[in-house]
Amino acid sequence: MLVNFGYGALLISFLTALYGIGAAIYGNRKNSWAWVESARLAMLVTFPLISLSALILIWLLVNDHYEVQFVYTVTSTAMPLYLKITALWGGQSGSLMFWVWLMTAFAFAVTFRKWDRDREFLPWVIVVSLVTLAFFLILILFVENPFERYWQLPGGGEIAAMFPPEGAEILRPMDGRGLNPLLRHPGMVIHPPMLYLGFVGFVIPYAFAIAALITGRSDDRWIRLTRRWTLVAWLFLSLGLVLGSRWAYDVLGWGGYWAWDPVEIAAFMPWLTGTAFLHSVMIQEKRGLFKRWNMILIILTYCLVIFGTFLTRSGVLSSVHAFSQSAIGPLFFVFIGLTFLVSLWLLLDRWNRLGSEGQMTSLLSRESLFLFNNLLFMGILAVCFWGVIFPLISELLTGQKVTVGPPFYERATGPLFAGLLILMGIAPLSAWGHSTYKTLGRAMWKPFLVSLLVPAAALFVGVRQWGAFLGLWLAAFVLSITLYEYGRGVFARKRATGETLPLAFWRLAGKNRRRYGGYIIHIGVVLMAIGIIGIEVFQTETQGTISQGQSISLDQYTVTYRSLAEFNTPDGRNVARAVVDVQKNGKPMGQLFPRRDYYYDAQQPMSIPGVRSTMEDDLYVLLVDWEPISEMGATFKIYHNPLVNWLWIGGFVFILGTMVAAWPDKDVEPKKVRMPARVAASKA
Amino acid sequence: MADSAAPVSSSTKKSRTKFILGGVLILIAIIYLVVSSTQATAQYFLTVGELAEKSGQVYDREIRVSGVVLGDSIQYDSKNLLLKFTVAHIPGDNKEIEAQGGLAMVLHNASMDPALPRLPVVYEGVVPDLLKNEAQAIMTGTMGADGVFYADELLLKCPTKYEEAVPEQSGNG
Repeated sequence: MLVNFGYGALLISFLTALYGIGAAIYGNRKNSWAWVESARLAMLVTFPLISLSALILIWLLVNDHYEVQFVYTVTSTAMPLYLKITALWGGQSGSLMFWVWLMTAFAFAVTFRKWDRDREFLPWVIVVSLVTLAFFLILILFVENPFERYWQLPGGGEIAAMFPPEGAEILRPMDGRGLNPLLRHPGMVIHPPMLYLGFVGFVIPYAFAIAALITGRSDDRWIRLTRRWTLVAWLFLSLGLVLGSRWAYDVLGWGGYWAWDPVEIAAFMPWLTGTAFLHSVMIQEKRGLFKRWNMILIILTYCLVIFGTFLTRSGVLSSVHAFSQSAIGPLFFVFIGLTFLVSLWLLLDRWNRLGSEGQMTSLLSRESLFLFNNLLFMGILAVCFWGVIFPLISELLTGQKVTVGPPFYERATGPLFAGLLILMGIAPLSAWGHSTYKTLGRAMWKPFLVSLLVPAAALFVGVRQWGAFLGLWLAAFVLSITLYEYGRGVFARKRATGETLPLAFWRLAGKNRRRYGGYIIHIGVVLMAIGIIGIEVFQTETQGTISQGQSISLDQYTVTYRSLAEFNTPDGRNVARAVVDVQKNGKPMGQLFPRRDYYYDAQQPMSIPGVRSTMEDDLYVLLVDWEPISEMGATFKIYHNPLVNWLWIGGFVFILGTMVAAWPDKDVEPKKVRMPARVAASKA
Repeated sequence: MADSAAPVSSSTKKSRTKFILGGVLILIAIIYLVVSSTQATAQYFLTVGELAEKSGQVYDREIRVSGVVLGDSIQYDSKNLLLKFTVAHIPGDNKEIEAQGGLAMVLHNASMDPALPRLPVVYEGVVPDLLKNEAQAIMTGTMGADGVFYADELLLKCPTKYEEAVPEQSGNG
């Protein structure tokens, strides 16, 4: 019964979406506001409808309705409640449903904004959002239906179907297969939702961009309207990436934080274009340049979001994330192709309207450094895209599949990332409109000298890898310039207003949130870079089989095996848990408990490391194997990961900075700032 | 990004050349990075069958092989972290896999079929959690002259976890 309700709600929202598209187009053509208003209501209604459907699915998951195929494949009775809920995005059809649910939530929110000034955008924002929605609903309703149930056929045999074949009886398995153990982790609660929020969030700025193209408004109104939406989408996407990385470090990747897995790259690509977009819209706002480029970036971002969802869901690529093969692949291809072509056609049609309002004159001006930043981001995107499609292309051309792995990505993107760091250091000091080597040099020499202290210190403590030198110096360079810039602003404000230092710091960030939020984000990136250099360059590892009381040493650490216990847990696991003592330079540092969980329902083990984490380094101990009688001995693999914690601290700072930048301003309509180049330069 | 404006003075022309030059330089750098990195790191992705046919010509290069793990063959020497197992041939082409009834079916059948080409694998490291009978293994490494594949990297997939099969144990409810 409920199952039919859930499916019915989806079907109704699909029809509502179709109606909304029609009403918006018709209302726009006839210039009838009533029709557009009706389309707007249709868009509003889809959110409660999808919510109803999604909540029903969650209810089925939580109450163990294994006659529903999706429920059977992703939950089991032994699973705790929170995992049963998260199982919604633990399988193909449920995660499509979740995607749609979040997307309608965004659409719902955007529908509520005041449209008085931008009425002409409304019908087209509705059309773009609802077309996206309708596409995903087609997938769910007709290809990957989460409400399909098992039926016992009268002549024997079983099938899974939405509607019962004649005479068939419902078939209810005793227990479900359970969520893949790799997904039974607190990370499952937060990583996929954040990533998906990031994905669907970009639908909104894209919808406004298309609306601007169709209506022919060539000003930057659409950018101003969607600035916060874009930042929020980008915030979630960044958060999703960082959390995924942390999850991989904790369990999935055995101390790896990023594997250049195709699905990771799929989520990374829209982030790259989104980041380029966030930078280049500033040039359009300040100088009226790059209008076409910004359109291209947002179109690319949207297509990459859909492409990313497709890669995760279609199983075209070999990846730990890839789910089973599915019929949705070709449909995705058609949809991405169509949206890309239509968007491109619209853009070309408006090409001449979107000319620049000025010229770039100076190679070192802020806008031209932003341009180079964009080129580098596009370069990294090109590397990623090439790496992902290369196996497909090579197979097409030569009949032989040729793949590239992490070494390819590291080698090709390394210099580009380094270039971005250099720009991150220089750009905040350059002026809009015009900068010279002289002015830049004068602004830069002090922090530059300070930054040299870091590689010098590294040399002193015994670092000999040139990659680490370069990386650490770049990090120090950006950090000292950013802090210098920030500090200068704070002290100037303190002098001018007589405020205390913390207050001046706070108010300054509050006055120009985007700028100082941006600086905080840059600091976050630098800290993350330090963590990455730490684990990539300085990681050491060892392994060994030891009996009770014996030790393994790694760098300044000694790990001593104490005991091991095996026991069953109520949620259906058999746990083998070792106890080891950790000593650093001979001093006791407490105990770690690396363990191996065996999931009975999934018949699969899962290793959970014992980690001692400090600002300086992580000691990461894995239990590899053990003898049934614990006195016999156990095998451990041990990693020493210097500085890796800065990766997470940096991630936190990064997110904090994004929140500062995205925080709503007090003045609702910021004044239009568009100055001629020279004036802008002298003021900056 | 081509920003065109009607009147072009000589000084803006000059600065434009600078920009185009800068852009082209970055573009060349990117293309160089992509091409050279591809050449340096690309690996053939082969099936066990293809590897058996081509034996000899791929010994000196890192390659990737995909096959199905035979559960009985898994041996682990935990003292030396030395893992040995055998994989059997499965088709590399998605369409072929679909035609044979999906990945789970292909993996199951391939693990039972003694007529298919097989490949012994050696891997040094921790046993991956997903390593078990009928799992799909994607291995990166080198082919030894002794006919053993020495894997540096081991990626495993168990499609049965996601596959949509009709349950075995069931009751009416």
